[in-house]
Amino acid sequence: MNAATPIVAAEALTKRFAESVAVNGLTFSVDRGEIFGLVGPDGAGKTTTMRMLAGVLSPDAGSIVVDSVDVVADPEAAKQHISYMPQRFGLYEDLTVDENIRFYADLFEVPSVLREERAARLLAASGMSQFRARLAGQLSGGMKQKLGLTCALVHTPRVVLLDEPTTGVDPVSRRDFWRILYGLRDEGVTILISTAYLDEAERCNRLALLHGGRVLYCDTPVALKRHMPGALIVITSSAGRKARAAIAGIAGVSNVILVGDGIHAVVNDARLRIPELRQALETNDVPFSGIAVGEPSIEDVFVALLGNAGAPR
Amino acid sequence: MNGSQNAEPQIVAEDLVKRFGSFVAVDHVSFRVGRGEILGFLGPNGAGKSTIIRILCGLLRPSAGRALVAGIDVARDPERVRERIGYMSQKFSLYRDLNVEENLKFFGGIYRVPRAELAERMRFAIDMAGLGGREHALVSNLAGGWQQRLALGCAVLHRPPILFLDEPTSGVEPASRRRFWDLIHALAADGVSILVSTHYMDEAEYCHRAALINRGRLIAIGSPEELKSTALGGDLLLLECDALGATLAVLQQAPGVIDCSVFGDSLHVLVDNAERSLRELPDYLAQKNLPPTRLARIHPSFEDVFVQLIAVDSAERRAAA
Repeated sequence: MNAATPIVAAEALTKRFAESVAVNGLTFSVDRGEIFGLVGPDGAGKTTTMRMLAGVLSPDAGSIVVDSVDVVADPEAAKQHISYMPQRFGLYEDLTVDENIRFYADLFEVPSVLREERAARLLAASGMSQFRARLAGQLSGGMKQKLGLTCALVHTPRVVLLDEPTTGVDPVSRRDFWRILYGLRDEGVTILISTAYLDEAERCNRLALLHGGRVLYCDTPVALKRHMPGALIVITSSAGRKARAAIAGIAGVSNVILVGDGIHAVVNDARLRIPELRQALETNDVPFSGIAVGEPSIEDVFVALLGNAGAPR
Repeated sequence: MNGSQNAEPQIVAEDLVKRFGSFVAVDHVSFRVGRGEILGFLGPNGAGKSTIIRILCGLLRPSAGRALVAGIDVARDPERVRERIGYMSQKFSLYRDLNVEENLKFFGGIYRVPRAELAERMRFAIDMAGLGGREHALVSNLAGGWQQRLALGCAVLHRPPILFLDEPTSGVEPASRRRFWDLIHALAADGVSILVSTHYMDEAEYCHRAALINRGRLIAIGSPEELKSTALGGDLLLLECDALGATLAVLQQAPGVIDCSVFGDSLHVLVDNAERSLRELPDYLAQKNLPPTRLARIHPSFEDVFVQLIAVDSAERRAAA
């Protein structure tokens, strides 16, 4: 994309805890102005990676450079460039929205002349201007996350690290949250975001699929879907279980799952397999109203890649 | 679905209300679940899903309204209801310091499974959960997916015809989640009626019907296909272009466009008629020197659907207030 050096570079990161390896030789880089997603299920190593990037946890091996600062050697220096929003962001529930922002502005030594303008702009962007006097403890989950983000942005960092900011947040607030992130991207801020929602991955410019502390795949969402091994076939049927039984054992068909109105299957070659599937359904008198190639979700790709990488737990 | 489901609903909620002080957690909710049907409860954390499930299980009394489970009024006879239901909570409620077999024995006792049947039922649960060979493993040493399937096994030991699953897939990895849904479908095929809640919107896909709960109210219910085809109030297009911000601004004023938002490197455009917009939008944008590089119709996600439904509901509430 651009020839400039990446703003975040992690190389061969490894972190062990007592009996497990949380992060295992992780390597990736993020370009300036990108929204980069660390995507994977619980236990994949997302939070450990975020903590190391933020300089609050030191790796057992590997290197991290953020905005030309060696984070492993000098974590304090990196903190001026980075803003880190952990899963449980430290809001003071007995302080108001305004007071929380003021607290973080003090902490990050934001000059007082800039404070008011920035706070007003950030609150307007998150649709929270009318809640400035409300206690943080009385905000909904989604609003708390938006306030957390506002506090994390008050010193206008160049790199923002967000650890699962949307987990458990309602879908409307989730959308608002992403609108704010796109606004930041327009201003040239680089954003690293982790999420356990695989559908959210599609909103990132690029993403790394993590599993067991390793990168399964790293690319744009569109390219990632192209790497789906084979094609996703959607069969619409009121007799899903019968349909699945009918196509069981056909060579080149795998990952058959039941959905509410039929089944999904992964095939190695759509053009060859669709006629075979159709025939198997008809031979077995399975009623079906449609059979077509469907667009795979990131979850479909993830599960298919995982099938190649090793058995799931 | 088929007629028998309407003929003998296994779960009936009629105008259920639950207040905690001045807070209305459940606000006049009505629905039915047929025999062998999977009804999904979708909604954000705090929407009221768990409260409704607890009322139906007889763990909470409703402030108003009526709940019938297996034809029994839950408020009148919660004990008889409990014999006929299985319940699995978010936390899986397993004893982490006991092994797989000991957990099953314990729940067999709680659910009063006859001794003559217990061995066979435990075998069934172990096979269903794929835990063969792990009978003596401590629960605390099992990965999340195994624990989840064991918890389901415990909940169906006494062959309940009705099953309540409260966010059973939270924090479980995708491959295990899929395997779990497979088990749910197997139970439904055997005639078990299942009410399952989740905050993963995309899991609506796995249900026969899905109900969306928002701030205590049921704001939509239907099959996945019905929800996707009607709820959005328009057709969804994907637009790729070079100047995202400028194109977004122009599209918000363009004819036939209801809404437009950034989505990764592209835009999602809600229009009132896909065919017309596919025909006319490229020229319209080219005239403004913003020709799109790609424009195509796409299927909405369940999140698209639910965000739209919630927006409509919120507007209606504001208008009513």
